[in-house]
Amino acid sequence: MRLLATTTNLSVAAMLCAAQLTAQQTPDTTATTPGTVQQPSATARAAMYMNIGFTALVDAGWSTEPDVPSLQLGDHDPRVRGFTIPNTELTLDGAVDPYFKGFSNIVFKLDEGGETGVELEEAYLLTTSLPANLQLKLGQFFTEFGRQNPQHPHSWAFVDQPLVLNRMFGPEGLRSQGMRLSWLAPTPFYTEAMLGVMNSVGGTTFSFQSEESPEIHGGVVPGPAVESPGDMLIVPRIVSSFELTGTQTLLFGVSAALGPNNSGPSARTRIFGVDAYYKWKPAAAQQGFPFVSLQVEGLARRYEAAEREAAEDASILLPNETLRDRGWYGQLLYGIRPRIVAGLRADVVSGDEASFASELRTDRFRLSPNVTWYPTEFSKIRLQYNYDDRKSVGTDHSVWMQFEFLLGAHASHKF
Amino acid sequence: MNKLTAIKLATVALIALAGTAASSAARLRVVATTPDLAALAREIGGSAVEVTALAKPTEDPHYVDAKPSHIVTLNRADVLIEGGAELELGWLPPLLESARNSKIGSTAPGRVVASQGIRMAEIPTTFDRSRGDVHSLGNPHFLIDPLSAKVVAANIATHFAQADPASAALYRANLASFMARIDAKLRQWEGQLAPFRGAKIVTYHKDFVYFASRFGLEVLETLEPKPGIAPSPAHLAQVIGAMKAANARVILVQPYQNRRTAETVARQTGARVLDIAQQPGARRNTTTYFDMMDYMVTTLATALRGG
Ligand SMILES: [Zn+2]
Repeated sequence: MRLLATTTNLSVAAMLCAAQLTAQQTPDTTATTPGTVQQPSATARAAMYMNIGFTALVDAGWSTEPDVPSLQLGDHDPRVRGFTIPNTELTLDGAVDPYFKGFSNIVFKLDEGGETGVELEEAYLLTTSLPANLQLKLGQFFTEFGRQNPQHPHSWAFVDQPLVLNRMFGPEGLRSQGMRLSWLAPTPFYTEAMLGVMNSVGGTTFSFQSEESPEIHGGVVPGPAVESPGDMLIVPRIVSSFELTGTQTLLFGVSAALGPNNSGPSARTRIFGVDAYYKWKPAAAQQGFPFVSLQVEGLARRYEAAEREAAEDASILLPNETLRDRGWYGQLLYGIRPRIVAGLRADVVSGDEASFASELRTDRFRLSPNVTWYPTEFSKIRLQYNYDDRKSVGTDHSVWMQFEFLLGAHASHKF
Repeated sequence: MNKLTAIKLATVALIALAGTAASSAARLRVVATTPDLAALAREIGGSAVEVTALAKPTEDPHYVDAKPSHIVTLNRADVLIEGGAELELGWLPPLLESARNSKIGSTAPGRVVASQGIRMAEIPTTFDRSRGDVHSLGNPHFLIDPLSAKVVAANIATHFAQADPASAALYRANLASFMARIDAKLRQWEGQLAPFRGAKIVTYHKDFVYFASRFGLEVLETLEPKPGIAPSPAHLAQVIGAMKAANARVILVQPYQNRRTAETVARQTGARVLDIAQQPGARRNTTTYFDMMDYMVTTLATALRGG
């Protein structure tokens, strides 16, 4: 899902420049001695209506696999030997009015060929004052399934996307247009129940009615169809958290994504997931260090593939069958001392055999140690090694460096 | 157990339950982002409030984890007191977004921004992160100036009275008594530190600016070269040189700052590392704002005397 949009590019750039200009003008009126009343200028006040941030990831590295995209499947992964810019984000957010907050995230990136792509990754409203502990999100956003899917690439602890998330949700993660209702339960510990209802059609609804579906089932895609409410993608999630001690926190979630796929009429996909996150941080941590965290997500998919013609060869008829896949990843992070984090991630994915042999459904194991240095909260330098065992292809070794910088609004960190 | 005892027990239990329900319903639920703000809230609220602090006393208020348990606490709050001036910028916004509590919304009477009405120091003249993680609204570590604490306490009392008019008289009375005690204590603290007017102190972070200006001390250097930036050997060498030249004798360190760095500098300058804390509860027997200030002033005065 990428298109070349030079006009969008220009107007956004112009907007960013204007915002920077107003931001720079702000201090002229506020630079006074302590004690005087601060009077921001009109332009400064206009700029205050939203936070503007710009994040850029720059990757560089080498792999023993010359066809890097066959190894690095995520859209924001390093996908070439040498340098690449897989993700830059322009984020705008702020209060719309007393009832809504607005967020948008526009992504610019360079693909393997050096071509610039623009994406409206997220644009949504969030209610701020619904009664009964309810909250509604409306627009285009990352589906709240598990822990990592809703996170933006710059907050990942590793250079690349976990294999199981790629397998279930595709190269860009699961996101679509729709709404999500959430309820904060009146329990003594944190419990939030969510229900997402989204379009099942589009390039970012991999496993459902995506045009990339033939990569999973090998069949011809008849064209997307949303005929009844039953054709929507339904995503329930429940998440709880407990303070084990004053220094240890546990978070546990269960999610599902249920909807039609486009292998044939009334063919459906069901994905189930569990996720857990544990964090230890001592009572007197310096800038949040040291800490130890463990994040684990396991997913299983049941994909009903209807009987249909094969995309490659119309004379082949693929049978009606159920494709089953599963996988998990676990990542351990150790914040050794302020701003230095060592990480280790294990990725395991496997799929049962089917009449169409999809490269995306083969067994694979990957082990990735890395180390990240955060000079400040606004930059990072990461070095990662991937030991990659694609059972049917062989073993590959890759080394990736990642650099990040953040301009503008201070990013706040979710737990 | 006979029937009568059972009925008696049940009645007692019911009365007890009703009692706790009534008292917890009547008490204003106050959440403060940091323990120092919580301590002020207790002074003003007294028995009419129930106060919870999100950050631990030993935790760096700039880097608190946005834990899900905080969402629950904020969801049930009647009043939220935050430091403001971007102190909690890294962790409070996502918590508030999830807490969905309009009582503590940004313009609600239940929201107290402590920095409001404070004469902020060090408001940057240009926004430039090459100067470090400077707070664009000024230095947020103002509460260790007792006169700032008075401004914040008055602000808290106003909001408490708005959120809970039934206890307004109590809040006003508590505020008056707090003001009087601060005035008395301030004279004592000024007296304790008066012999050391102009003394040069070294701190880890830029967090003693208001304290120093109130008590006539001078912050000669900080171990951080720029706010939020880790001490570099070159910067420490310069600090050591400056300390020797100015005969600076104390380095103030909070529980969440790197004591080892301070010790290294202390060894080379003959200075003392002082374990200090701006948060009540971080050091032994410092539950209230007054305990904490007493501890700080006494410890500092003793060290400056060379004791
Ligand atoms: Zn600070």
